[in-house]
Amino acid sequence: MNFITNLIGGLSLGGIYAMIALGYTMVYGIAKMLNFAHGDIIMVGGYTILVFAASGVHPLIAIVLAVVFCVGLGIAIEKVAYKPLRGASPLAVLITAIGVSYLLQSLAQMIFGSGTKMVRGLELGSLTIGKLIINVSTIVTLIACIIVMVGLNLFVKYTKIGRAMVAVSEDKGAAQLMGINVNSIIMITFAIGSALAALAGTFYLMRSPSICSTFGSLPGIKAFTAAVIGGIGSIPGAMLGGILLGIVEVFANSVPAIAPYTDAIEFAILIVILLVKPTGFLGKKRREKV
Amino acid sequence: MALLEVKNLEVYYGVIQAIKGISFEVNKGEIVTLIGANGAGKTTTMQSIMGLIHARAGEIIYNGQKINGIPSHKIVKLGMTQVPEGRRIFSELTVYENLMMGAYTRTDKDAVKGDLDEIYEMFPRLLERKNQVAGTLSGGEQQMLAMGRAMMSRPDLLMLDEPSMGLSPLLVDQVFEIIKKFHEKGTTILLVEQNANKSLAISDRAYVLENGKIVLTGTGAELLASEDIKKAYLGG
Repeated sequence: MNFITNLIGGLSLGGIYAMIALGYTMVYGIAKMLNFAHGDIIMVGGYTILVFAASGVHPLIAIVLAVVFCVGLGIAIEKVAYKPLRGASPLAVLITAIGVSYLLQSLAQMIFGSGTKMVRGLELGSLTIGKLIINVSTIVTLIACIIVMVGLNLFVKYTKIGRAMVAVSEDKGAAQLMGINVNSIIMITFAIGSALAALAGTFYLMRSPSICSTFGSLPGIKAFTAAVIGGIGSIPGAMLGGILLGIVEVFANSVPAIAPYTDAIEFAILIVILLVKPTGFLGKKRREKV
Repeated sequence: MALLEVKNLEVYYGVIQAIKGISFEVNKGEIVTLIGANGAGKTTTMQSIMGLIHARAGEIIYNGQKINGIPSHKIVKLGMTQVPEGRRIFSELTVYENLMMGAYTRTDKDAVKGDLDEIYEMFPRLLERKNQVAGTLSGGEQQMLAMGRAMMSRPDLLMLDEPSMGLSPLLVDQVFEIIKKFHEKGTTILLVEQNANKSLAISDRAYVLENGKIVLTGTGAELLASEDIKKAYLGG
């Protein structure tokens, strides 16, 4: 029974990681940059829900508003901070991303203070099936993640914009020769990534309803780990890496003797994978063009 | 009337001047070739026309409109496109998807379908492999795909950057046959080639590029007969 509860919990947490990892991996694939401010979008999403839920807005509407706000924020960050650096050295872009991350965290501290706040209104109770007791939020998260992942795959595979995204990730110059506006594809990618981050923030709050300015850091860095394990740049890779990490985390946490070392185990997996298969599970070796 | 006019174009890579003030034009309905050795500035010229590289000085005029500084994806909409050097097909997409990428800016769905059938007719191999991922094609097939993909945008002006590079002699002949076919359909062609022999033979006019400057110009037949060209490009 425990096994099944853990499995469902792991898949659900993995789904959250996968959603965040998708943001990292898509932005990396298309803009060739590591957006280390991505985790903080989760935090912004969380605070948005806090603000609206506290002012009496229905939680569902608060979630929608959080998604909308994060999409706007993601697009704005890309325009203001990253777009001027197109063509600059990757290190400059990376440092800028870290700067944006600290900026968002500091802003959150200035507005909401440094203490932890509780977000109310997202509790869904629990469900008893036979001997199984499962949180409804776990099931909701799992289902939502499946819908998002299937939807995203269909979007990339069958829409014109989705195909253009694949084309841009493969060869920006050739994509421009097709008449694809690379800047708007990058903008769309940031928008999708930020929307997923906001959703992930929501589901994370359903698991534990407390939020502070570094709320997004740990899930962000874990999801980044997941993206690298799966092969950064690969959409199925991010999903696989996320789910793997989620399952490992939940099962490790369920054994009291190793629970304190859960994070260490997860990052150790990353190190092992990088040693054995540096491109990650589903990452491709990029042939360098001469 | 000149469809494309390049006036005193200068392009730099950092402090190095790659194009030193060249001028040439391509008239509607012509096949024009730029020939030159490696490093002469052929690809740089092509890329600056398409807006992939920005020129420091000079004018590029297409159909009476100055296009310097216009982003590449908008230049494509004006009716010209390029088969880039080294083909640069999308290897993760299928043959069909690659071709449809070529029609990305078009909204006339029925006409796109007609053009697709025409491309498949011209390149039966692409039809056979339409659902195959393009990265698995042979070099020759990839070149055909790159050419077909460019034609899917229905360009008035098609630029080809070394389409015969790295192909076997038989395939090289095929590539030039296809360029002639595109031309017969009313497409104006600007060709960049190292294979002077074959390209001059199908060209109305040609320019010889050396170290970023145009050193010689004439009709295809004139240059083919020129002693200088024979010495430099035709092996004696």
